[in-house]
Amino acid sequence: METKNLKSRVLKNRVMKSLFFSATVIALLFLVMLFYRVFSQGWGYLNLNFITSFPAPYPEEAGIWPGIVGSLMLMGIVAVVAVFIGISTAIYLEEYSPQNKLSEFIRVNIQNLAGVPSIVFGLLGLTFFVYLFGIGYRLLAGGLTMALLILPIVVVSSQEALRSVPAEVKEASYGMGASKWQTIVRVILPAAVPGILTGIILSLSRGIGETAPLIIVGAATAIYTLPESLLSKYTVMPIQIYKWTARPQEEWQFVAAAGIIVLLVILLLMNAIAVWIRNKYQTRY
Amino acid sequence: MKGVYVMSRISATSSQTVNVRSLLDEKRSKKLKVRKLENIIPYLLLLCALVSILTTAGILFTLLRETVGFFSEVSIIEFYTGTNWSPWSGDFGVLPLISGTLLITVIATVVAVPLGLMSAIFLSEYASESVRKTIKPILEILAGIPTVVYGFFALTFVTPILQSIIPELSIFNALSGGVVVGIMIVPMVASLSEDAMNAVPNSLREGAYALGGTRLEVAIKVVVPAALSGIIAAVVLAISRAIGETMIVTIAAGATPSLTMNPTDSVQTMTAFIVQAATGDTTFGSIIYYSLYAVGITLFVLTMIMNLLSQYISRKFREEY
Repeated sequence: METKNLKSRVLKNRVMKSLFFSATVIALLFLVMLFYRVFSQGWGYLNLNFITSFPAPYPEEAGIWPGIVGSLMLMGIVAVVAVFIGISTAIYLEEYSPQNKLSEFIRVNIQNLAGVPSIVFGLLGLTFFVYLFGIGYRLLAGGLTMALLILPIVVVSSQEALRSVPAEVKEASYGMGASKWQTIVRVILPAAVPGILTGIILSLSRGIGETAPLIIVGAATAIYTLPESLLSKYTVMPIQIYKWTARPQEEWQFVAAAGIIVLLVILLLMNAIAVWIRNKYQTRY
Repeated sequence: MKGVYVMSRISATSSQTVNVRSLLDEKRSKKLKVRKLENIIPYLLLLCALVSILTTAGILFTLLRETVGFFSEVSIIEFYTGTNWSPWSGDFGVLPLISGTLLITVIATVVAVPLGLMSAIFLSEYASESVRKTIKPILEILAGIPTVVYGFFALTFVTPILQSIIPELSIFNALSGGVVVGIMIVPMVASLSEDAMNAVPNSLREGAYALGGTRLEVAIKVVVPAALSGIIAAVVLAISRAIGETMIVTIAAGATPSLTMNPTDSVQTMTAFIVQAATGDTTFGSIIYYSLYAVGITLFVLTMIMNLLSQYISRKFREEY
């Protein structure tokens, strides 16, 4: 009786183990199928012409060039705005903020902002940047909206990077007679830069894949000129992909898949750079 | 030239007596000036930190202002109790959009919670360290894939497969969108739950093993209960993400607002309506423009409640070891 009970318990354990394992495999399988599907459909349409062409009414001639340029320019704006404000906020929270209600409020607020759906940021951008500031459906409005969207991620990752600099290093700097700001700029920041940079690249790669808020602030779907200034009309890769996906004819699905390959390759490159920086430059204390 | 300059300086100083005190004073005043400048820095940094608060204030301000504008033309009771949503012909009952969002969220939760939890238990309790270190980053790739790609996958791959199983399924349907939203949030559930289980101290596990428990019994009866607050917080956070998800449902679930709980129907979520209305020509100040914000604030409040709930659960019921 005893052994039978034990046997069934062990058996149950074994059965459940394979169940848990297969759950993990199913999740991974989805990833594999997704990649397979995208590559098998898009590979045939992916060529130099696709990358360097403008949108066209025929699937064979369509291209993603304005999307690539638009996404990169957008990320340029986002990087300038979000990096400056994000790192400053992180330095304030980690090094200067007194233990008071305001600091606590800023902290909780950033945590909550990270949970706000991206489309709500689009509504914010529509009212403020597009209408109240009068920018219109232009690159700058999209860039500012996206900068606010990824700001919480930049702040949190920069905070973590700053926090990982050990106290002894700071104390050594103070001991040498450096002021607080000198310590931050010449000791803490250089030590934290790899971590901060990794966080920023990952935040930007999140931003480059965002679609919904940019639809709201009016990224164009088909444009035939490249954006020339901050106040140009623009489009981005995900929006071109969305538009191609939404067309009923099957050929456009292949075009969309080709666009997805380009987007995924760019994301992969960014992530690879982030991992490389982390592994190469991170000092362990 | 430089040599000449130095020469002249040396001759100048040697001809005059060097006033050490004045040099020291000069240095001190310079230092003081720098220090004074440094005192301003925290305030400049605080100014940057306030941008995040301004963002929240801006979100609340825009949503509230335009929603008030909306409710001056459509009654709030009609909005929240009406069962017909066809804004272009003047019917503003938001319930179909809410039911669409709920349907998608329920399907996504049904997919994501079992898959995510079982993966978390496998990774935390069964897998070896090396397996865990390989699988977890791969799972996190799933979380980094743009949602528009998931939308493409749902429409062109998942829907045809589901159609071969359920022939009466329409091209745009809640099931396919919901399943893929579920897949999207699996890494979130798995990763956060796994963190919570990892935080359970080993002494608890070892105690249970010493009493003769199998791995399964230790996992289900000791580790999961001990990590429950973290697990629930993870699930609630993932649900909030599913409510706010936009592109997958816009692409795969359709644009037919209908008060239904039938997963084979085409539905429209709150987020999908916002995209649909914003893609069309929506003039500033029109009733459609205002309706975006009335729907937006409903969405915002729903996700905010879930986020706060998640934080509350993980703070309130955390077991400290």
